[in-house]
Amino acid sequence: MDHGPAAQLGQDNAAAFKSKLGLRLFFVYGLIYAAFVLINTAKPQMMAGDVFLGLNLAVVFGFGLIVLAIVMGLIYNAVCTRKENELNRTESGVEV
Amino acid sequence: MIYEASWLAVGMFFTFVVFVLGLSFYFGKRTQSAKGYFAAGGNIHWGVNGIAFAGDYLSAASFLGICGMIATAGYDGFLYSIGYLAGWIVALFVVAEPLKRLGKYTFTDALDAKFNDKGIQLMAAISTLIVSMCYLIPQMVGAGALVQPLLGLPHWAGVLMVGGIVIFIVATAGMASTTYVQFLKGALLIVFSTVLTFNVVHKGISLNPSEDYHRFTELEATVQSGEVVAIADSTYQLKAQSNQYVLLEKGGIENWWKVSDGYVTETLSKVSTADGQTLYNGAPRADRRFYQVGHAVKIIKNGQEVSSTGPLSWNEYLSVIENSEVLLYKKAGFQHAGNQVTLWYGKTTAGERIMRPGLKFKLDEGSTFMQKLNFISLMLALFFGTASLPHVLIRYYTVPSQKDARKSTIVAIAAIGFFYILTLFMGLGAMVNGVIDVESSNMSAPLLAKYFGVGLFSIISAIAFATVLGTVSGLIVAASGAVAHDLMDNFFGFKMTDKGKVKAGKISAFVVGLIAIFLGMAFKGMNVSFLVGWAFAVAASANLPAILMLLFWKKTTARGIAASITVGMVAALGIILTSPTMFERYGMDAASAPHVLDNPGIISIPLAFMTLIVVSLLTQKKAA
Repeated sequence: MDHGPAAQLGQDNAAAFKSKLGLRLFFVYGLIYAAFVLINTAKPQMMAGDVFLGLNLAVVFGFGLIVLAIVMGLIYNAVCTRKENELNRTESGVEV
Repeated sequence: MIYEASWLAVGMFFTFVVFVLGLSFYFGKRTQSAKGYFAAGGNIHWGVNGIAFAGDYLSAASFLGICGMIATAGYDGFLYSIGYLAGWIVALFVVAEPLKRLGKYTFTDALDAKFNDKGIQLMAAISTLIVSMCYLIPQMVGAGALVQPLLGLPHWAGVLMVGGIVIFIVATAGMASTTYVQFLKGALLIVFSTVLTFNVVHKGISLNPSEDYHRFTELEATVQSGEVVAIADSTYQLKAQSNQYVLLEKGGIENWWKVSDGYVTETLSKVSTADGQTLYNGAPRADRRFYQVGHAVKIIKNGQEVSSTGPLSWNEYLSVIENSEVLLYKKAGFQHAGNQVTLWYGKTTAGERIMRPGLKFKLDEGSTFMQKLNFISLMLALFFGTASLPHVLIRYYTVPSQKDARKSTIVAIAAIGFFYILTLFMGLGAMVNGVIDVESSNMSAPLLAKYFGVGLFSIISAIAFATVLGTVSGLIVAASGAVAHDLMDNFFGFKMTDKGKVKAGKISAFVVGLIAIFLGMAFKGMNVSFLVGWAFAVAASANLPAILMLLFWKKTTARGIAASITVGMVAALGIILTSPTMFERYGMDAASAPHVLDNPGIISIPLAFMTLIVVSLLTQKKAA
């Protein structure tokens, strides 16, 4: 049986931290996405109201969800990279 | 079909194909090991992998399907863009790094890493094959639909051509050639969609999209109790009436008109006669009387009514459409004198309705609880489906480290997110520039490109083909991995050398490719987005509960995972196959379907989670 990773991976001492942070960010984004879906479902007329630059809530919320995903991804990567550098180099000297 | 093949488009397409085949041949010589074949050696740069993710993920359903849906249903089409993109959050925050850490070549590897269980190997491989097939069929159908108008070839030839090229790409170098085809396609798609969007916004919105745009005629009519008794213009002869549509004849050509209070309006009609003829607006297709449509009927810019806006900024473009009125086309159908009549009539629609949800999805006042539940179910499947698609997940094995897996996902989110924002502009651009082919809204983006010149049209058409090639290649790699690695190697335990595994992978790719060609021909005419929706729903139901619980619940057992995949897959497929939409496709009354759900996620995803929890709790001793 042959399951392990195709590439040799070092010990990742930051794995637990990254997993916890990832879950938290996932729940934050999931809640905002759920709010978006619920407004669309329960009060679709509310999405027609102008909110920013002449754009309605539907467009601003939709674009916002896309941009938020990118921004949260960049923040997650920055925090994870810093933690990896801190834990993996100081404890084992292995870059993951 | 109301457009002709462009030789420049044909040239572009074949140039791309020759380049792709050359690339595959080059990588084929260097791909000798199973690691090279199934995971591109595991040393792809995260930036390249990120764009390849985009090339893999942005399928015909994204580029052609979403743009077409926005062109005909406004913001409701854009909801697909939002849902598809949001799904990447699950991939990034929850799945990417653990999957990279646990797996080798396939997503089954990751699920089975802890247990080494035959049940998981079998069920995860079957799930991979079913999801990949659900995804493959619409891509192949889309290939045939694209080849027909653009190269002038029949549907089967398009399917055969795309299938043959993809088999060559995958069977020569597997994931290595597939990665670079997807990278190339992803990059080209994003660059030229940006160019197209720039053209749309710079051109602005006009009441008259082009010099030769067909204006649909209105005739004064005497209407009594809904029945037309006379037409003011005596050159038209009243021939027949069917409900709110009336058949008029002029110069030997008959066409259907929509009856309103005091007048009748010309429609687009397609009549399939009992003797096998098809007439477009009363004449054969070659007479070109079937027009492209879609235009603004009232334009409001900065509170003033104007006939043309001139160049706009991106936010002005959306704002002007929201404040204006656009002619959208509705479809109707009925039998008349033994002929099947399908017609499309214009309906002036307020921009405010177009730019918010509710045109396609039944969400406004008067909608039922189940209609709203259907919408929630769809958005749930889109959110959870992405991180469960086997052809997306295997891309995590092509990079060297977990850090690279994470970074490549962020590149993918940025590239895919940017593209999805562009879909709103391309779709609305098609809506107001008179380019929509009501018979095939999927052609809206290429036809919008044609509006701006044959050069852009040729490039966009070639990219549309590339879109199919890139996604189908990824799907066939995933499916061949399920057969050669999960089933032959792991489940059945065939003793194979490394070279033998590569050979098995190539033979599997060839067989899966042949099956895809057959299915692409068999499912001709099936809606592209509809089948992709199946793939997302089945993937989210069968795979995601297993992945999440394996990662985050310590009591998860092998039997729990196998049972969860089985129940999720069967429940999702069962609900889809007994849905009202499928009953219509079977030729039965949709109302006779045993339930009203078209999107199964809201039932099948929780059911799979519950199954995993219950079975895992019941099999704790065996797990120990």
